[in-house]
Amino acid sequence: MKFAVVVFPGSNCDRDMYHAVTDALGEEAELVWYQHANLADYDAILLPGGFSYGDYLRSGAIASTSDIVLQLKEQASKGKPVLGVCNGFQILLESGLLPGAMLRNKNLKFMCHHEDLRVVNSHSMFTTAYADDEIISIPIAHGEGNYYCDAETLEKLEKNNQIIFKYENNPNGSVQDIAGIINKEGNVLGMMPHPERAAETLLGSADGLKLFQSIVENWRKAYVTGA
Amino acid sequence: MKKVLIYITLKEGVLDPQGKTVQHSLNTLGYETVREVRVGKYMELLMEDDASIESQVEEMCEKLLANPVIENYTYTIEEVVTL
Repeated sequence: MKFAVVVFPGSNCDRDMYHAVTDALGEEAELVWYQHANLADYDAILLPGGFSYGDYLRSGAIASTSDIVLQLKEQASKGKPVLGVCNGFQILLESGLLPGAMLRNKNLKFMCHHEDLRVVNSHSMFTTAYADDEIISIPIAHGEGNYYCDAETLEKLEKNNQIIFKYENNPNGSVQDIAGIINKEGNVLGMMPHPERAAETLLGSADGLKLFQSIVENWRKAYVTGA
Repeated sequence: MKKVLIYITLKEGVLDPQGKTVQHSLNTLGYETVREVRVGKYMELLMEDDASIESQVEEMCEKLLANPVIENYTYTIEEVVTL
């Protein structure tokens, strides 16, 4: 399986993502510059964390106006897995691929530490290797991870089982302790915690690896004959 | 030429952690009458005269300058007087 890791000016978790896919997961990945990418060439698209365009205006806002977002929307509409982590999640929100918006953390601090997450929905293509209600330890690293959406959107998220991960101890003020959500179709996941930084026990936790393994497993089931 | 003054504020009901912290600081400084602070953004755009300037400004606010999920915007357009 071939993953694209889209690199924006100011991305800084792109190499972590690349390393997690190629070394920890053992699949193919390419770092692709946002202006030169042809996303049709890949089986899955990863939007890494960082500070695209210096977080100017709002986190992810400027990146969401770039042409690659049109490609992203096209590939997403075909059912291709898209994972946005941290700044990648913010870009997905700003471009309208996922509902809601990010606010500054409630305590106004940039926070960088491990958090326990609850797997709320283990039936998405990103979480089948987990069990429902499994508690996993994944690092966060953000200043604007306070997820906000209005009551109507929240009701839809809950009704459609779009909430995938929740914080056990809400660090940033997110509504309903939300740490990660998927789109209605189930193939676009945005999350603030960094699964790519938790793909090897050497780095303190390998709990994030199952997320990538889920993507591969479900892709094989769907596309590889005899798998 | 026109100068467009754009004010972007958080919608009512959206928590403003920054405003809350500024309010606490003002209270600490002795300004106990301050009950709430909301922090927003102010932008100035210098634009060429155009009949559709208002609709352009609104479009820019909707598309990029403000995030309609959490923010409201208002704007005024001024004539730029060159001396």
